Amino acid sequence: MILSVRDLRVSFRTNEGLVRAIDGVSFDLEESEILGVVGESGSGKTVSLLAVMGLITDPNAVIDGSIRYKGRELVGLPPRELRRLRGNEIAMIFQDPMTALTPVYTIGWQIAEQIRAHRGVSKAKAMQRVEQLLAEVNFPNPHEAMSRYPHQLSGGMRQRAVIAMALSCDPALLVADEPTTALDVTVQAGILDLVRKLRATHKSAVVFITHDMGVVSELADRVMVMYAGRVVERGTRTELFSDPRHPYTRALLGSIPPLTGDKPRRLPAIPGSPPSLLRLPQGCAFGPRCPVRYEPCEADKPSLGSGAHAAACFREAQA
Amino acid sequence: MIYAILRRFGQMLFVMFGISVIVFLIFFATPGADPAARIAGRNASPEVLTAVRHSFGFDQPLYVQYTRMMEKIFVTGDLTSFVNRGWKVVPAVLDSIPVTLSLVFGAAILWVVVSIVIGIVAAATRDSWLDKLLMALGLLGISMPVYWLGEVMNLITQSRYHDSWAFSWVPPLGYKNFSDDPKGWFLTLVIPWITLAILYIGIYGRVLRAAIIESLQEDYIRTARAKGLSETRILLRHALRTSLIAFVTLFGLDFGALVGGSALLTEVVFGLNGIGKLTYDALQNLDLPMIMATVMYASMFVVIANAVVDFVYILLDPRLRAS
Repeated sequence: MILSVRDLRVSFRTNEGLVRAIDGVSFDLEESEILGVVGESGSGKTVSLLAVMGLITDPNAVIDGSIRYKGRELVGLPPRELRRLRGNEIAMIFQDPMTALTPVYTIGWQIAEQIRAHRGVSKAKAMQRVEQLLAEVNFPNPHEAMSRYPHQLSGGMRQRAVIAMALSCDPALLVADEPTTALDVTVQAGILDLVRKLRATHKSAVVFITHDMGVVSELADRVMVMYAGRVVERGTRTELFSDPRHPYTRALLGSIPPLTGDKPRRLPAIPGSPPSLLRLPQGCAFGPRCPVRYEPCEADKPSLGSGAHAAACFREAQA
Repeated sequence: MIYAILRRFGQMLFVMFGISVIVFLIFFATPGADPAARIAGRNASPEVLTAVRHSFGFDQPLYVQYTRMMEKIFVTGDLTSFVNRGWKVVPAVLDSIPVTLSLVFGAAILWVVVSIVIGIVAAATRDSWLDKLLMALGLLGISMPVYWLGEVMNLITQSRYHDSWAFSWVPPLGYKNFSDDPKGWFLTLVIPWITLAILYIGIYGRVLRAAIIESLQEDYIRTARAKGLSETRILLRHALRTSLIAFVTLFGLDFGALVGGSALLTEVVFGLNGIGKLTYDALQNLDLPMIMATVMYASMFVVIANAVVDFVYILLDPRLRAS
């Protein structure tokens, strides 16, 4: 077990009261497993993983619960200790490669900086490693690319550089926060291939955050669907796609255009919009948009069962 | 790179040429005013007037007048001030350049170093009492007019407390040549440096703090944190480095203006006969040749400072190197 998150809660103090961005999220991650985390914007997928990275710097954030990395508790770990893990054992790939790199330094310099922060190697050694890494992420001319500045590279190339940087210290856990969202479709496919290949060569476990069901179906071993700060369904990829149990998951899958057969005249959409985290309904947060809601949904929040494939829905418990 | 520098140098010359033409036209070709009478000064005899008219070429077309003027400033250097009875203008300007440069360079080093330290400390300890104290002091520094502050400094160091242990080292007002007396040069300039720098420390410290705090919100800072870098390294190598661009812009403008004569108030208060003082006196007497020369000198420094800023930009920001 690489990562074990139990009952994680993240709240932000605001002028309008406490906003609970993450409300009791639990999940496990095995070695070299890819976990897909799916949800709309604001569902808490990014915040929960930033909490794992210890990257929530907002002084108004309150983090509760337990995050164990290889058995070691990360919540409440002194910043210095956390820093030793970050970039070294736990690395992150960000959504927007356009802004994720410091504009005034070369790619090579920035990757070498990370290597040297964690390994006591010479600059020349670090640069050798950088060249190797850039070759690994399919830079056509790695040696030349090292002396390039971020603005001289295309979006896809920058994302490759960010991935090379994340892999520079052979992390056991890689967190990818929508790494393909800002890229063209053709470039996306290349990046997904890359992630798959690197999982095989580096044996890193990957948490892949996305709102794209297509990406999940291609990449993930297991999937976790989030809505309004809670996990609403989890299961293996096959379970989730062949037998979705939560109405939200069903709705998400229903809104993907089919590749074969008749195209629907209009793609089904989920009515309404995600609730404001400041005014969550008392019962199920998906209740107001749910096609199958009934009385119990309004009184209480359904909890996620303990099974490997589980959904947080009263209808599910009933069945 | 060499080509870029040469091109920038060419632009500089062109801008200076433009400035010289405009200044020349304003002072020597204003309709209805006789520049010869101005140059010759009040109560000038008709002979002097004729001599002036002839020597500046006022009886000839404008371009000849302009060429004569530039020749007198840059080639022969024999431009003469009639108001001040035969005072040679160019040597007067050359004499006051080291005074102003000494004053402004020293103050600039002081304000750049101190304000960078203040900006970093304030940004790093954002919203703490230290940050608030530094920013309040900065505001105080900006609010104190330099002529008032200078006089207070003089009152303390030259008169009230001059005999105390703290200020007995302060020499009397005035400028000492560096080559004659380096120690005296330094000691006479310490108080003027501090006085001139205080205003800019306040402005630059606040500007840098704001710029650093803005950079700290950028995505690449989050990347730097995710890399596991120390907070100090993130602040100095990532946030500060990208914040220096605004700082350099401001510095180029202020430095050029100060060297070009804006340090006038400080020069007057501390009895330093620099360019500012020279220009001020020339304006008082409507000493046209002197005005022409000092304006040319000032524009030269503003233009050079701007060119230097452009080069520093290119060093700081690789995005500007492309084209």
